[in-house]
Amino acid sequence: MAPEAQPGTANPEHARGTARVKRGLAEMLRGGVIMDVVTAEQAKIAEDAGAVAVMALERVPADIRRDGGVARMSDPALIEGIQQAVTIPVMAKARIGHFAEAQVLESLGVDYVDESEVLTPADEAHHIDKWAFTVPFVCGATNLGEALRRVSEGAAMIRSKGEAGTGNIVEAVRHLRSILGDIRRLTQADSAERYGWAKELRAPIGLVEEVAEAGCLPVPLFCAGGIATPADASLVMQLGAEAVFVGSGIFKSEDPARRARAIVEATTHFRDPAIVAKVSKGLGTAMPGLEVDGLEVKLADRGW
Amino acid sequence: MKVGVLALQGDVREHRAALLEAGADPVEVRRPDDLSAVDAIVLPGGESTTLSMLLESSGVGDALSASLAEGLPAFGTCAGMILLARQVVGGRPDQRSFGVVDITVRRNGFGRQVQSFECDLAVEGTGPVRAVFIRAPVVERVGPDVEVLATVDGPGGPTPVLCRQGPHVVSSFHPELSGDRRIHELFLSGLRH
Repeated sequence: MAPEAQPGTANPEHARGTARVKRGLAEMLRGGVIMDVVTAEQAKIAEDAGAVAVMALERVPADIRRDGGVARMSDPALIEGIQQAVTIPVMAKARIGHFAEAQVLESLGVDYVDESEVLTPADEAHHIDKWAFTVPFVCGATNLGEALRRVSEGAAMIRSKGEAGTGNIVEAVRHLRSILGDIRRLTQADSAERYGWAKELRAPIGLVEEVAEAGCLPVPLFCAGGIATPADASLVMQLGAEAVFVGSGIFKSEDPARRARAIVEATTHFRDPAIVAKVSKGLGTAMPGLEVDGLEVKLADRGW
Repeated sequence: MKVGVLALQGDVREHRAALLEAGADPVEVRRPDDLSAVDAIVLPGGESTTLSMLLESSGVGDALSASLAEGLPAFGTCAGMILLARQVVGGRPDQRSFGVVDITVRRNGFGRQVQSFECDLAVEGTGPVRAVFIRAPVVERVGPDVEVLATVDGPGGPTPVLCRQGPHVVSSFHPELSGDRRIHELFLSGLRH
């Protein structure tokens, strides 16, 4: 019996799954790199390289894109194997709206569920009611309205969608600039204009007011989708991302262990070009990239 | 008073905010040189394996080890507690710890994220404090020179969660996340003596 199936403490006054506890883990991951892995061996390589967490999945997005067909939650046996291989948090993906997959992942004791557009959506109208879970959720967003709708459904972390599996950073930059640019403009809005913003963003007025007052999302904002080099990580951190997800970019490259470590160093020292230069030397070939305009399927269009 | 916050990874911003509100002047520490100007250091929450690697590669680890040996006071929360502990169980064999607080801690001893929790904590010398535990370490052994300031019901009974040894303070919870600044004040008040 795996120890994670047992409760940590039995005291009924210990409140689990509160917004603060869910968002708290995202705060702890800030300044770090979360890496996609498909085997326990890759998970070990990621942990050795300094990953703050791993995303356990059967195929990285580049392969999902190549293979086509319906992409679903990973085999629980694969997820458990990865949980046993590493001591850092393990995340896993559920299809958009597929709350039964999310229930399975919660029962496995994964540390974060990614309700992800990289998998084939299960519901064309509804995302998962994430408040109903103890496990925290991360969701993708392309703009501020989408981010706030996900927060209103209970997401405890937002990531840019980018365009997964392309090794092309352009879409992640577009999404980060859109979210952060609108936050900056919203902080300038007066009380009457905030109602206009709420209508335009299709987001609850309470969250719009919270963002206008605080000047940031109520949950951490991470970057995902297309990061392939240490300089990519530095770029998105300087734009305002608080941590990065690297999907295909590591294990589709020539020397995954070195590249993984280099991206970790660049994410920490993102404002220091001399360090980014040093860690970028001699990494071998990056993953082959894809032009976003030529794609048949844009994953970022999934979700609403 | 200038208080360094180790800024390699983790919830640095929350500690900066807490220190400011508690009346200190926070300084981010990313390079060995950054340590020369600080009167104390905070080791934040984060992933201790990642922090351990970055301490090594940045050179901050060796510099901080030397400063701690000269008596630099340190406050560590969660991963920071692990980094300051004498002995770590359930970590990686190459994981670094500075060993200035004589405790043995088990990484993620309270379980995975689904077992993370918050609760009211009776802290010696202050009233109840709201404490947030995120994949928190469990203190399994406390040395004779370590003062236990608070405990909770852990997997194996009452478990120390806030400890002090000389000028050093460690907590397995995150006082920086709750908006209550009394634990930071407790650390800072120890420096003024």
